[in-house]
Amino acid sequence: MEGLLFNVNNGYVEGVVRGYRNGLLVSNQYLNLTQCDNLEDLKLQLSSTDYGNFLSQHNGPLSTSIIRDNLSKKLYQEFQYLKKQSSGKLSKFLDFITYGYMIDNVALMITGTIHERDRSEILEKCHPLGWFDTLPTLSIATDIESLYSTVLIDTPLAPFFKDCLSAEDLDDLNIEIIRNKLFKNYLESFIEFIEKEFGQPDKEIMLNLLNFESDKRVINIALNSINNSELTSDIKLSLFPQSGKLYPLYHNQLSNIDDPEQLKTIVSSIYEYKELFNESQDNSGSSRNLEDWFYLLEMKYCKNAFTQQFTLSTIWAWLRSKEQEIRNITWIAECIAQNQKNRIDNYIAVY
Amino acid sequence: MSGAGNREQVFPTRMTLTTMKIKLKGAQQGHSLLKRKSEALTKRFREITQRIDESKRKMGRVMQTAAFSLAEVQYAVGGNVAYQIQESVQNARFKIKAKQENVSGVYLPTFDSEINEDINDFKLTGLGRGGQQVQKAKMVYTRAVETLVELASLQTAFIILDEVIKVTNRRVNAIEHVIIPRTENTISYINSELDELDREEFYRLKKVQEKKQINAEAEEAEKAEKAAKSAKPSEKEADSEESPEEATSEEQSQPVDTTKQLDDEEIAKEVEQLEVGETQDLLQEKEDDVIF
Repeated sequence: MEGLLFNVNNGYVEGVVRGYRNGLLVSNQYLNLTQCDNLEDLKLQLSSTDYGNFLSQHNGPLSTSIIRDNLSKKLYQEFQYLKKQSSGKLSKFLDFITYGYMIDNVALMITGTIHERDRSEILEKCHPLGWFDTLPTLSIATDIESLYSTVLIDTPLAPFFKDCLSAEDLDDLNIEIIRNKLFKNYLESFIEFIEKEFGQPDKEIMLNLLNFESDKRVINIALNSINNSELTSDIKLSLFPQSGKLYPLYHNQLSNIDDPEQLKTIVSSIYEYKELFNESQDNSGSSRNLEDWFYLLEMKYCKNAFTQQFTLSTIWAWLRSKEQEIRNITWIAECIAQNQKNRIDNYIAVY
Repeated sequence: MSGAGNREQVFPTRMTLTTMKIKLKGAQQGHSLLKRKSEALTKRFREITQRIDESKRKMGRVMQTAAFSLAEVQYAVGGNVAYQIQESVQNARFKIKAKQENVSGVYLPTFDSEINEDINDFKLTGLGRGGQQVQKAKMVYTRAVETLVELASLQTAFIILDEVIKVTNRRVNAIEHVIIPRTENTISYINSELDELDREEFYRLKKVQEKKQINAEAEEAEKAEKAAKSAKPSEKEADSEESPEEATSEEQSQPVDTTKQLDDEEIAKEVEQLEVGETQDLLQEKEDDVIF
């Protein structure tokens, strides 16, 4: 039934997204890219893809960061277009997607403010998708309390800040913790939103993706904080999003691990994540590490997301795929620029 | 030998000769010392050049992996972490200690790197994702900085040594090719001048002696004549009155003459002795030089 009225509001957007999806690079094109000898070749190869003449305005020598910036610009333009075309539930969904970037920007602003950087300098570095009108005013805040009461209360991020008001003084440690706490709150409320608003095929796909996102964060935080005495298990637990396949059974255990082996045994008990550590052990560092496996899994989920009709989750899947694609191209460009051809096949292409 | 061109402008006196000899000795000693120093420095210099070559190659490799690990971080984290990392730095983890090393009188600065393991500002960077890559990049870059520090201390040593070696070589060459020949020339010039003077003196003395002898002979002849005259007593008494006066005057003058003669002879002997002594001295000193 939900397919019946879907096109009334969201048909156009979905169509556009599916169009975008067809523009994603396929493994053949990646193969061509890896054959390039220099960045000029790469530019030439990319000009025959959906990116077209994305570098046409650029003169002078190419660098990987320029390529990345221009690729990202294209992505932002497409996303902004979708946002303008959206309405109702869809625009709320898109808003939710941008909240994640907003959190990064807020954290960035706070860090910059603490170190008394020039505001314009920080604003340049903010993620364009996470831009909101009151972002520049964040720099007036000196502690979390005033930050919340003067600026953030008017932003969509306000609900996420509720739980981290306990942190009295701002320092780098706290900011990283705040950022992760915010992200946790964000993921939880995103999931809540999806469960409330979305219909069946959509809900299933999105929950799957978001649960994966949660698990990814949990595993990463657990792994990266193994040798960090400043993070007690209580703090760690408060950073774990309360969702995903690892919740609630393994969270307690994960917050108490003190070496990677324990993490492996715990995570391997989830069927989907069995692969994560098995393969990375064999050729660790050289071909696939944990991060690569996460990306690969995510891309697989995203690819599957496109198999269902009349879903909004395609937007999320497309955005993620596109980001991965930009990372891939940057990676390939980096390998070409640094003449490290033996690692060039490390990109992730699923389409 | 004693060409007027390459010698110092000195008066050819015995004192200057001694000074010159001392100077020559000093110059030769300094020359050998400086030569030894320059050899030691050159040895060190070659060593450092080799090490620079090695560490430059090493740096190439390390920097490549370092740059690549940064690419990995960017891939894993997805966004731009540079800002986050820049801001989270508070304490210097990697410190350099500058020391001085003494290589045959030259102070070479050497840098020792020191890592304070307690300080780790990036513990939480990339907590959400990419933390491992950040740590790996940190490790690789630490190694890169270590190599750079090593290279820096080698390079400074290289430059300083290069300069010092140049200066020392210049000195060695100056002593060897300018100062020593010049001093030697001066010494031989003074010697020849002194010899010349001696010869002149000797000749003068000879001349004086000759003159004296002629005079003495003439006087004797005169005396004989007078005696012959006095043998005829009949002639003038006034003459006879005068004659004792003359005799006394002659008697007075004669001992003076003899003393003079004696003096002359003594001087001549002395000169001869001196000459002999001098040649001996010279010989001895030359032997000294050879030994030295």
